[in-house]
Amino acid sequence: MHAPLVPTTRLPIGSDVDLGWVRQQVRQTAARLGFGLVQQTKLVTAASELARNTLVHGGGGHLEMTLLEDGAARGLRLSFVDAGPGIRDVELAMTDGYTSGGGLGLGLSGARRLVQEFTLESRPGQGTTVTLTDWVAGFPSARAGSP
Amino acid sequence: MVCRPVGHEAHRETMQVAEHDTAPRIAQDLTRFLETRREQIAQRWADAALFRAVFTVSRDEAVEACKAVVDALADVARTGRLEDVGAPGFGAVRDQLGRMSASRSRAGFAPSHIADEVAGLREPVAALLRAEYEEPAGERAHACLLALTVLMGTLRLVVMQTTVSAGEELIARQREQLLEVATPVIKLWEGIVAVPLIGTLDSARSQVVMENLLEAIVAERSQYAILDITGVPTVDSLVAQHLMKTVAAARLMGAECIVSGIRPAIAQTIVHLGIDLGSIITRAGLADALAYALNRQGIVVSPRPVAGASPR
Amino acid sequence: MTGVFAAHPVPVPVLALGDVLLVTLQGELHDGAAGQLQHDVARRIASGPAPVGGVVIDISGVDIVDSFLGRVLAEIAASASLLATRTVLAGMRPAVAITLAELGLTLPGLVTALDVDAALSLLDRAPSPVPPAHPEEGA
Repeated sequence: MHAPLVPTTRLPIGSDVDLGWVRQQVRQTAARLGFGLVQQTKLVTAASELARNTLVHGGGGHLEMTLLEDGAARGLRLSFVDAGPGIRDVELAMTDGYTSGGGLGLGLSGARRLVQEFTLESRPGQGTTVTLTDWVAGFPSARAGSP
Repeated sequence: MVCRPVGHEAHRETMQVAEHDTAPRIAQDLTRFLETRREQIAQRWADAALFRAVFTVSRDEAVEACKAVVDALADVARTGRLEDVGAPGFGAVRDQLGRMSASRSRAGFAPSHIADEVAGLREPVAALLRAEYEEPAGERAHACLLALTVLMGTLRLVVMQTTVSAGEELIARQREQLLEVATPVIKLWEGIVAVPLIGTLDSARSQVVMENLLEAIVAERSQYAILDITGVPTVDSLVAQHLMKTVAAARLMGAECIVSGIRPAIAQTIVHLGIDLGSIITRAGLADALAYALNRQGIVVSPRPVAGASPR
Repeated sequence: MTGVFAAHPVPVPVLALGDVLLVTLQGELHDGAAGQLQHDVARRIASGPAPVGGVVIDISGVDIVDSFLGRVLAEIAASASLLATRTVLAGMRPAVAITLAELGLTLPGLVTALDVDAALSLLDRAPSPVPPAHPEEGA
């Protein structure tokens, strides 16, 4: 139902430097699509988490970024792919507060809360693919109302 | 059964076996009827409120509008897609039908009433159609009238489609307008801002309130933000969640929130639902919240000494 | 374009405002720079050159706080606290605050302030209108 508008952009995630590049590209693309500042921030934060997971836990991989269009709606799909060890217990990994890397418990469940659609595919020994999808919100961004 | 030749076209008379009047032939008959009786149908429709409400310049204008609809119906009948609301033939008049139904909506008529008005257009046409046949009760007439009924039913659906989508558009526009009305954030004092929350606090609205409030906290450099919920009719666990998120965000920025306007009934509901507001500071009224914030800033409010009261 | 992300990360500047250490974070913080920063702050508090009465981390120039950065901030505060020094996080942007609130993050152990001035007030230091006489770079 949601048809990709342009060919997918592929960004490598192989080093610390790539994380910054991913953040910048996601931010720029989201801004161009018309995402408001708060939505952009949430999306880039989630992307930052997942990109880091790909690097740290997945042994490196890549991001596939796809622009979406559905009628007048605009969206962005981010797929983080690695060929690493995979997640043994997906349910556990998705529980609130769970973290295996000494972070602050953001992890997967946190990233899921920041976006509209979230899917995870992982098998031990067969890598992990986490996909986020977000659509530009319908209502206009808030204006400061102070006198 | 024989059909009297219709119009100036030479009409092939054929003896039909009653039960097997084919759909395409019936559709053809209907098309021909609509094409040739266009003027008469339009004249009969032109006084209907549906048309007069929009085409107010003159009756002729309404008649022309009616003809446009008849032409569209003929186009649809020609393709034989009598039941298809998406038939291209309707395309030419969708806009016009939309305007007609919108005008009736604005006049205060419910969608069901508008549907009835469209249904009412059928009988004048049916009467004209029956008059085309030597045997109005005959099989062929019956089949053609049935086709007309189906086609007029489809027209009714098309009009309802335009009514519904216009309604949806209106709701979307109003929703945008409601959210656009900048939630007023008021600076009560140096370092203290307040926002009166009015109406139901759904997730979209609370997002807007949160963003406005935080922007105001930055702009006014205020350490205290009062969220007054006097105007919020009910506080359930979802509303409480929205409030707590706002308070948490403000705290991360270095500002403290006070929730005021907790009516006794609201307090009871919150306790009853087992909602834990955590460490959020609450006060019954906006004035109490203001007093708290002033106190925290070390500001004392005292009455001015009365002139002439000092003792000699 | 990738030249923006230097192979050798720029160390984070740590200035002294009186006896308060002011750490200003801007944009990206790479792993190497983060570790270096934590080390520098701890060293300054523990062994000078001057006594440190508080730490202010200014994140008004940061547009994304993810779990990595959150951990860095929490660790700086934790090690400062072990050395009996308070840390204040200043200038979090609204969009970042909303995102962290959505995540349910509260950054325990970190006191927050609207801006550097407010942070200095919190530490009972007057906001200094004059730039510090001897700004010292980290590392």
